[in-house]
Amino acid sequence: MIVGEQKPLAEIKQMLAGFHKVLLVGCGTCVTVCMAGGEKEVGILASALRMSTRLDGNAIECDEVTVQRQCEWEYIDPLGSRLANYDVVLSLACGIGVQTLVQRFPNVWVVPGLNTTFLGMPPEQGVWEERCQACGDCILDKTGGICPIARCSKQLLNGPCGGSQKGVCEVNPQTPCAWQLIYDRMSAMGRLEQLLEIQPPKNWSAARHGGPRRIIRDDLRLPEDYRTA
Amino acid sequence: MSEVVHNGYKSGSNLERVLVAGHFAVTGELGPPKNHDANVIRRKAELLKGCVDAVNITDNQTAIVRMSSIAAGVILIQEGMDPVIQMTCRDRNRLGMQSDLLGAAALGIKNVLCLTGDHQSFGNHPTAKNVHDLDSIQLVRMVKDMRDDDRFQCGEEIPGGGPRFFIGAAANPFGDPFEFRPYRLAKKVAAGADFIQTQLIYDIPRFREFMKRVVDMGLHEKVFILAGVGPLKSVGMAKYMRDQVPGMIVADEYIERMEAAVKHIDKTDKKARAEAWQQEGIRICIEQIQQIREIEGVAGIHMMAIEWEEAIRPIVEGAGLLPRPAIQ
Ligand code: SF4
Ligand code: SF4
Repeated sequence: MIVGEQKPLAEIKQMLAGFHKVLLVGCGTCVTVCMAGGEKEVGILASALRMSTRLDGNAIECDEVTVQRQCEWEYIDPLGSRLANYDVVLSLACGIGVQTLVQRFPNVWVVPGLNTTFLGMPPEQGVWEERCQACGDCILDKTGGICPIARCSKQLLNGPCGGSQKGVCEVNPQTPCAWQLIYDRMSAMGRLEQLLEIQPPKNWSAARHGGPRRIIRDDLRLPEDYRTA
Repeated sequence: MSEVVHNGYKSGSNLERVLVAGHFAVTGELGPPKNHDANVIRRKAELLKGCVDAVNITDNQTAIVRMSSIAAGVILIQEGMDPVIQMTCRDRNRLGMQSDLLGAAALGIKNVLCLTGDHQSFGNHPTAKNVHDLDSIQLVRMVKDMRDDDRFQCGEEIPGGGPRFFIGAAANPFGDPFEFRPYRLAKKVAAGADFIQTQLIYDIPRFREFMKRVVDMGLHEKVFILAGVGPLKSVGMAKYMRDQVPGMIVADEYIERMEAAVKHIDKTDKKARAEAWQQEGIRICIEQIQQIREIEGVAGIHMMAIEWEEAIRPIVEGAGLLPRPAIQ
């Protein structure tokens, strides 16, 4: 899932300064599951904003709505008619949701309520960890299903670096060394010899370094006349 | 350029000549200043001159901005010394590194040590973006392909031939997983490393064990291995290295000896304590070199006494490694 974290209230208030009527728009997908921008969080943040701006002496009127998925036209289109009633939209979706709103409703000022943080999962309740950097050229078959692009601080393809000690990464003792994990897994699976192969330099052009990415599936595309922007 | 005759040497650097001739090599390390004062380099070079066969110049060591290793290396050449420029993968992508390698070769630099690099979070620009386009093993391979195949990393031919470097890489016998360390060294050798400099050694039995595996794998016949040594300066420094430096092991024995060195000195007599520590640090280092020389497969030592370059001469002399060979 896409994991996000709510911005500090003070920063959100700064983005809303000067506005009087705000619509908070939550998203029912990833950020609901990671408890950062779903219906519940929208409700809590709205109350906090109401209270705090009232205490400051310039109360902002806050309305709430949560759509099932903020990154698809069909789920946000129904918002269209309401938006004219607000002078700003505070999106609690990931950065993709924010941009989907902006693209669909070019006359509306939209600000982000979350910091979109990473692609990951919760190994335990209340903890989320990064797992993938969407590098566009997955190599998990070479590393036993543990991603060094996302999980090694130096993105080594031929790790571990000299700083790996007692299973933790030199950069942060809270982070397991990805290459220790890879080594342990390959060794448990009887595949250590695979780690002796030198991995050549990665083709980063498939990652963000090649510029913004786009996938086009002609087998799925509608005929030109039927396409929606 | 490729028409030049190399007499069978890869780069013909002093370090390569000393090692190929079978001498027990001594390299040192020099940290460039945090400014553009060339005299700092010259001053430190003076302390190393005649004591070492080549001098490593660190590359923004511990992720702190310093004078570029190539620039500092050129100053060393002017001083008649043989620099080993360190190159990390943290600050440059493959374009930047290859261009700097061409420049370094044009300026007469003949040795390069390929490193991953300390993470920027340790240094003075923790909010920087890191690069890590290549890792150290891929960097070794790239430098080798430039030299032996006259090709850039992309495969394109280097017009007129590639730059010729004696290629180094690092090894940490004390990192985890311990059993994998000799194999990672083997990967560096397979990638094209000509020499290896190890992490600082303060645990000789573990280093011996590492070397035994390395020798069993026959790696010492394919690569020159220089063991990393350096003098301890105080109990505090020893403990700091043991507890704070990633991938470092410091045996208790050394900490106890450093403690014992100041046992009879009044705590307020800071000067006497510092001197006693320095003497003991130098003594331990000399003993370590003697023990390391006995270990099969070790081709030399790499002395790291950053910000204490004065210690290098007494250590190298005390270990009986002077004078250094002069090879034409
Ligand atoms: S290799 Fe690339 S695609 Fe695969 S998990 Fe890692 S970042 Fe994601
Ligand atoms: S300690 Fe492990 S995870 Fe951290 S940078 Fe080194 S190899 Fe990568």
